[in-house]
Amino acid sequence: MNVSSLTIAFTLAWRNLWRNYRRTLIMLLAIGLGVWAMVFMTAMMRGMVDGMLKDGIRALPGHVQIHHPNYLDDPSVANSIAEPQGTLLDALNHPQVDAWAMRVKVPAVISSERETRGVMLLGVDAAAELNLSFDISHITQGQFLPSLTEEELAVDVQAQKAAKGIVIGVKLAQKLETRLGKRIVVMTQDIDNTIVDRGFRIVGLYQSDIPGFEEMYVYSDRRLIQSMVGLKGQVSEIAINGDGYRDNQALLSHIANASPADMKVESWRQVDAYLSAMLEMMDGFVLVWIVVIFLALSFGLMNTLIMAVFERVREIGLMQALGMRSSGVMRMILIESLLLLLLGLAAGNICSLLSIAAIQDGIDVTAVAEGMAMFGAKAVLYPVLQYSDMLLANVVVIVLGLLTSLYPAWRAAHYDPIVALNKH
Amino acid sequence: MIKVTCRKLRKTFVQGETQIKGLDDVSLSIEKGEFVCLSGPSGSGKTTLLNALGGLHTPDEGTIEIDGDVISQMGASELADLRLRRIGFVFQSYNLIPVLSAQENVEFVMQIQGVDSQERDQRAKAILKEVGLEGMETRLPAELSGGQQQRVAVARALVSEPALILADEPTANLDSATAENLMQLLENLNRKHQVTLVLATHDTRIMGFARRQIRMQDGKIISDEISSGSQHALRGGDPLTASHQEQDF
Ligand SMILES: Nc1ncnc2c1ncn2[C@@H]1O[C@H](COP(=O)(O)OP(=O)(O)OP(=O)(O)O)[C@@H](O)[C@H]1O
Ligand SMILES: [Mg+2]
Repeated sequence: MNVSSLTIAFTLAWRNLWRNYRRTLIMLLAIGLGVWAMVFMTAMMRGMVDGMLKDGIRALPGHVQIHHPNYLDDPSVANSIAEPQGTLLDALNHPQVDAWAMRVKVPAVISSERETRGVMLLGVDAAAELNLSFDISHITQGQFLPSLTEEELAVDVQAQKAAKGIVIGVKLAQKLETRLGKRIVVMTQDIDNTIVDRGFRIVGLYQSDIPGFEEMYVYSDRRLIQSMVGLKGQVSEIAINGDGYRDNQALLSHIANASPADMKVESWRQVDAYLSAMLEMMDGFVLVWIVVIFLALSFGLMNTLIMAVFERVREIGLMQALGMRSSGVMRMILIESLLLLLLGLAAGNICSLLSIAAIQDGIDVTAVAEGMAMFGAKAVLYPVLQYSDMLLANVVVIVLGLLTSLYPAWRAAHYDPIVALNKH
Repeated sequence: MIKVTCRKLRKTFVQGETQIKGLDDVSLSIEKGEFVCLSGPSGSGKTTLLNALGGLHTPDEGTIEIDGDVISQMGASELADLRLRRIGFVFQSYNLIPVLSAQENVEFVMQIQGVDSQERDQRAKAILKEVGLEGMETRLPAELSGGQQQRVAVARALVSEPALILADEPTANLDSATAENLMQLLENLNRKHQVTLVLATHDTRIMGFARRQIRMQDGKIISDEISSGSQHALRGGDPLTASHQEQDF
């Protein structure tokens, strides 16, 4: 193979492509549409799932979490870690970290005058939690926990009273048949496995899009819960946000490098199996979607090329008679196919980008998405273009497209030149 | 110096029940610079012999040597290279690649050979001028007359200076004036470039242009002689060593 033989192969491929320009345009339209369906529809599906994932990750896990190594297997008070200090604290306050919060997280039983429920009791720092996870607009009645400094807590009686507040979900309040301002009792085990209980006043009610969340999690002040369960200077977990949930490897190692050996730093994927399964399923689905669309395309592509080759049997025979090798013929047909694919891809990619840009601000799908609300889907759908999806679509089209073209190219290369030349 | 030698070529085509002898014990040698005309009735094996000489198919038996290389045992890629470098073809029709201009068609073979573009351009322009197509370099085959198309094909066959040019009824689709013109051209080129030319035809008007006449029938060579007294043959400049007399037929 030399440069000039490659040049002539390109010239021939390009000109042959436009010989039957109607057929080529139809094929380009088909490839473009297919690629658009791959990229644009994937972006819409991503948008749907992305909303759910973001909410889910924001609700508690954060992008990265620090635990006691045994905490995930046994989330009891015994498996706690020290509050961050030294290098870890520095790492948490590093610009690479968007927000972080430490929590005490213990299973508890909550009782109103009428009902009793099992919940997860969260001891949080209000300011940090608002920054990291809690969306203040989810408070439907009352308010979130007050942000109090140690000094205020120590001297101010009002503050001490406020700190004894608890924030619970609206649904949980309904189940408990209680309401804002009422007292409830929370019971749990302390560090010595002794049952402890304490009264709280409901200072806020919140709502969540995530199914089951409201009934599960109740928020109170960290220091209060620490003293209740006998954890001094210790917490159950530290949740940390970086700049995105997808690629958190850098954040993960940034934190891991600064953590003491007796702490385990994990991604939300390990912490929240449900969410991580959702993302994996989505990734898998995107691949299947792209391949299925390609398969539909491949019939058209194969057909187009077979037709193109069939129409040119004589000149292919001529080229072989003039000394072009079979491999050269094959290369020529493959280049023609590649050009077709690249043009189709360009059209499809541009259309996808344009249509994604057109609905950048989201489209209201309330009318069709009522049933989706139970999965945590949003009423306004935003397309989320992941360049890796676009790359995947392009690679699939080129690689599988060329594989599909191998057969027509092979057929073209193996005509007997004498028979081909005498074909009328 | 002997350029092309065939020994005891046989080629049988099987069509259903019947076996057709395309070539039946054909032996032949052609020297450098010769202008050979193959004639004979339709189905006598002219095309079959040309195709065998050009490595387009392999004979069932016998050997073909070109410049000392036995081509009858070559594989497909070797044969492609042989055609590329040593053989020029002119077919009866459909000689040109429709999407390439006259000059690009002439350059096609050089391009596969890897000749650089400047040299390609020069050689193609020169040879097109020589066949009388100056100014038509950029025309597509569809924009050329039948005679002009055949001239392009001749130019292409000649341009890479092959050992052998094989022309299978190159004038069959041309009117007699154009045919005569093309033959004149071939004869001139043969003389000027010392290129070996083997031409198949059943057109008696143009046979006379060749100095050596080989007649075929039923796959056999039935006569092989140097035409004497022909108006054209006498103009030949180089003395031929008459090795073809040793043919047994
Ligand atoms: N591919 C083939 N399959 C079967 N028979 C063939 C094939 N090619 C040639 N033949 C037969 O071989 C014989 C010689 O054919 P060939 O084409 O060499 O004749 P020709 O002298 O060139 O005839 P024409 O003047 O018509 O071109 C003919 O009988 C022909 O039918
Ligand atoms: Mg013939």
